[in-house]
Amino acid sequence: MQNTIKDTNTDFEVRSLDAICVNEEEVKVPTWYNLQYMVFGILFGIILIKSEVVSWFRIQEMFRLQSFHMFGVIGSAVVVGAISVFLIKKFKIKTIRGEQIIFADKTFNKGQIYGGLMFGFGWAMTGACPGPLYAQLGYGATAIIVTIFMSIVGTWVYGKFRDKLPS
Amino acid sequence: MNLIELIKQPWPWYVAGPLIGLMVPTLLIVGNKSLGISSSLRHVCAACVPAKIPFFSYDWKKEIWNLFFVFGIFIGGIITVLYLKNDAPVLVHPDLATELASYSITDYSGLVPVELFNWGSLFTARGFILMVIGGFLVGFGTRYAGGCTSGHAIMGLSTLQLPSLIATISFMVGGFIMANLILPFILSL
Repeated sequence: MQNTIKDTNTDFEVRSLDAICVNEEEVKVPTWYNLQYMVFGILFGIILIKSEVVSWFRIQEMFRLQSFHMFGVIGSAVVVGAISVFLIKKFKIKTIRGEQIIFADKTFNKGQIYGGLMFGFGWAMTGACPGPLYAQLGYGATAIIVTIFMSIVGTWVYGKFRDKLPS
Repeated sequence: MNLIELIKQPWPWYVAGPLIGLMVPTLLIVGNKSLGISSSLRHVCAACVPAKIPFFSYDWKKEIWNLFFVFGIFIGGIITVLYLKNDAPVLVHPDLATELASYSITDYSGLVPVELFNWGSLFTARGFILMVIGGFLVGFGTRYAGGCTSGHAIMGLSTLQLPSLIATISFMVGGFIMANLILPFILSL
């Protein structure tokens, strides 16, 4: 695949571990341009809340196999996402500023299992993954700021000890 | 029923799921961004307390779009509660309602049960465990796994990454263990 880059980085959201950010566009864009991501974030937040996927109760249903709802949401999101990515690759669709769209290949690492299980525990406890935490806070559950703060602490502690963890 | 009333109703999965999925190509086409939310937590660490840790020593300003995105999610929550709120309580499976009632959780008006997630319950054993330890596990686990539901389950599976499938399965296994085997003890504290 031409438009695929390979690296040994295990953190795929920030594609570069060190100083160079691959997630950055090569074309310089003004800072106010980031406001568009806020608009998409607002839409995303509304979707998350209105579909009740940020509801602690719905998460409990999911993990007890009492409702199809969450599986339907995640499953259909993946199907639509996969079709979109397929079309982008097939027709070599570029960004609106004409850049090639980059997909990073992920490499296996034990963190996906150990870290994945830990996140699963946290997901069932808080009823939220990181995105929904921000939505719950906005929706008025002010105590969730404690959960968000602790998730930042958790991230920091991971960063501090990541060399000592099995990977 | 007018449009705004329709929007106020809970959205079925076949409406919400595809809309969430469309966020993937939208972010790619608008700015070559991979959907992922948990990395915002890392950027906050890098911005506030990098402490010379290599994992946080990068130019977080280059990833600032991600912080704008999550701030948007927060604003989206405010807009929803002000203008798009559905006053009816969330409808859950009767077995779940019975189980939760046995832990005196009966208020379904919010996104989270008010009996568990409020400032007062922070000083109870179960509230402390769920908010403080649960939050820690979300932050530590997502970064250790290299992503969360958005980065791995949606973005990763959309690009057919096997590691993301492994991570997603691990998320679900962890959730099943916690919800069915451990959470009952925490809730009865």
